[in-house]
Amino acid sequence: MATAVMTSLDTKSRSAPRGMSDIRIRNLFIIPTILFLIVFNIFPLIYSLGYSFTDFRASSNAPASFVGLQNYRALLNDPFIWLNFAITAKYVIISVTGQVIVGFGTAMLLNRDIPLKGLLTTLLLLPMMLSMAVVGLFWKLLYDPSFGIINYTFGLGSFEWLSNPDMALYAVAITDIWMWSPFVMLLSLAGLSAVPKHLYEAAAIDRAGPFYTFFRITLPLVAPILMIAVIFRTMEAFKTFDLAYILTSQPTTEVISIRLYKMAFQEWQTGRSCALAYIVLIMVLAITNIYVKYLNKVKER
Amino acid sequence: MTQIELRGIQKYFGAVQVIKDLNLAIADNEFIVLLGQSGCGKTTTLRAVAGLETIDEGDILIDGQPVQHIKASDRDIAMVFQSFSLYPHMTVYENIAFPLRATRMGRNDVDTSVREIAGVLRITGLLARKPSALSGGDMQRVAIGRALVRRPKAMLMDEPIGALDAKLREEMRAEIKRLHIKQGSTTIYVTHDQVEAMSLADRIVIMHEGILQQVGSPDEVYSHPANMFVAQFVGSPVMNMAPAIVSETGGHASVQVGGQPKGFEFPAALANRLADARAENGKLTLGVRPEGVLISRAAREGFMPVKAHIIEPLGSHDIVDLKVGDHMIRARTKSGFVPGAGEAVWARIDPAQAHFFNSATGSSLGIRL
Repeated sequence: MATAVMTSLDTKSRSAPRGMSDIRIRNLFIIPTILFLIVFNIFPLIYSLGYSFTDFRASSNAPASFVGLQNYRALLNDPFIWLNFAITAKYVIISVTGQVIVGFGTAMLLNRDIPLKGLLTTLLLLPMMLSMAVVGLFWKLLYDPSFGIINYTFGLGSFEWLSNPDMALYAVAITDIWMWSPFVMLLSLAGLSAVPKHLYEAAAIDRAGPFYTFFRITLPLVAPILMIAVIFRTMEAFKTFDLAYILTSQPTTEVISIRLYKMAFQEWQTGRSCALAYIVLIMVLAITNIYVKYLNKVKER
Repeated sequence: MTQIELRGIQKYFGAVQVIKDLNLAIADNEFIVLLGQSGCGKTTTLRAVAGLETIDEGDILIDGQPVQHIKASDRDIAMVFQSFSLYPHMTVYENIAFPLRATRMGRNDVDTSVREIAGVLRITGLLARKPSALSGGDMQRVAIGRALVRRPKAMLMDEPIGALDAKLREEMRAEIKRLHIKQGSTTIYVTHDQVEAMSLADRIVIMHEGILQQVGSPDEVYSHPANMFVAQFVGSPVMNMAPAIVSETGGHASVQVGGQPKGFEFPAALANRLADARAENGKLTLGVRPEGVLISRAAREGFMPVKAHIIEPLGSHDIVDLKVGDHMIRARTKSGFVPGAGEAVWARIDPAQAHFFNSATGSSLGIRL
C-alpha cells in the first residue's frame, strides 16, 4: 500500500505537470533532514565516543593518545562525580514530583466547564514557552534577598534562596516546577478529557465516593499519558543545565551537566568529559527504558 | 420492597421542556417500560430517577422518601447503561466487585457475591477477562451483573440491549425477563422498541414529546390505545388510520373511508355511541389493526369489494395492501391467501377491533363495539 503510494504519482496532483515523482518529492524533504542529523548529531556522537578512549585536550596541540577505559575507570571511581549524580537525582525527584502534583492538580481543576477555559489554559501554558535563560534571569531577580518579590510577598525578610547552599537546589527545582508544570498539565488535561463521562456516571451509580472514583477510575485511565509526561520531564530534568547554571553557582547545585560543562570547557579535559557524557547518556537511556517498560504494562491494562 | 413515585415532574433543557408534568406510581417488584421515540424524554426521566439529571419541579419518591435533592450515590439505585459503561481497565471480576468494594465490603463477602451473581448470569468463565475481550452480549451480562450484585432498591435500564444485533437482542430479552422473575426487583426499563416493551413489561408507559400518553399493561395498550400516537406506535405493522364518515343506511351504520361512496358495514349501535361521545361527524378517524381487517375471496354479506394492491409475504403470514377509494388499508392474512396483486377481494372491518379517534385532538373516543 505504502509503496504503491510512493512510486506512482496521482495524475491530478499539482506536481505532476512539473514532472516530479513522489520519490523525488520525498527525497527533497527527507535528505536535508538526514544530512543535518548526520552532521550535527550522529557524527559528533560517534566522534566523541572515539575521544572518550583518549586523553585528548582541545586546548593543547598535543596529539591524542589512546588510553583505553582509563577515563571511564577514573570517573566511576571519583566520589565527586557520584556526588554530582546524587545532586542530579535529588533534583530530578523534587522537580518531577512537584511538576506532576502541580500539573495534574491544575488539570483536574481545568477539566470541567468553566468560563474562558481556553484562554485560561493558554495563559497557564506561557511559562513553558519562555526561554530557559530568560526564566533563569528573572527568577534570579524574584529570589533576590533584598528586593525580590518572593520574600516580599511571603514576608520572609532577607531569606537567601540562592546563596544558601541548603536552599539553592530547591530554589532551582521550584523554578523548574513553575516552568514545566504546564507541560504535565497539558498532557494530563488531554488524558482527563479522554475519560468517558459515562464512566463517572457509572461510578456514581455504583456508590463510589470522590476519592475512590479518583484512585480507581480517573488515575488508572490517565496513567499512560501521565507516564509519557513523566518520561519527558525526567529526561529533561536529568539534563538540566541552563537553569541551574544561570541561577546559582553553589557546589550543592552542581548537577551532572554542569560538572560536564566545567570538565569540558573550563578544565579542557575533552577526552574524559566525552566519557562522562557517555555515562550520562547510558543512565538516561536506562531510566527511560524502565519507564517505557512500565508504560507498556500500564497500557496493557 | 421498593415503590417509586414521580409527582408532577417538569424538566427543561434551556428553553425546551423535555418532561411535562409527569406523574407515575411504580409498585414494588414491577417491571415498567418507558417507551417512546428518541427525544421523547424517556431517558431523561430515567436519569432523573437515577440522580444523574436534576429536575426543575416535582418530587421523586423512593419508598415514600423524596430523593430529588439526594446524590445518585446515595439513592441506592442500580443502572445499566446503553453503552454498558464497563470500566475498561478492570477485569470482569473487578467490574462486578466495584460497587461492593466502593462501599468497603469485606473481601470474602465480595468474593461470594461476585461469584454468585456470575453464576446466575452464566459468566463465571469470563471473570478474569477484560471488557475489551468480551462479545456484546457478555458485556451486557457483566453490566447487568454489576447492577444486580449489590441488591439495589431498584434497577434502571437505559436501552440495555439497543446496541446488540437482532438475534442477540432476542436472547438477552429473554434473559432479562428470566432474571427479573428470579431476582425480582422494581425495574424501570427504557426502550424505543415496542416489541421489547410488549414482551418485557408489566406495564408500559408511553411518552411522546415529554408528555405521558398512556400507562397500561401490554394488552391494554395494544387493544385500547388512548390516542392516535399510541395506536400507531405500538404494534407492527402499524395500525391503519383513515379519516372516516359515518352514516346510517338500512338498519346498520356505514363507515366511509377514502372518499369511497360505499362504506364498511358496522352495527347500528355505532351511530348512537358516536353521538354519546359527542364526536363531530367528518372529524373522525377510524383505526384498525391489520388483523382486524377480514378478507374473503368471494362476495359475502357485509363485505365490501376492494382490490389487493401489494402483497408482502412474511412467511408466517402475509400483509396485503387493499385499495379503498384513494386510501390504502393493510390487512393481515394467512400466507398465500390472496394469490397475487391486482386480485379482487372482499373486505370488512371487525367492529370489535375498530377504534375511533377524534381527528383534531387525536384522543380515542373510547368506543368498543
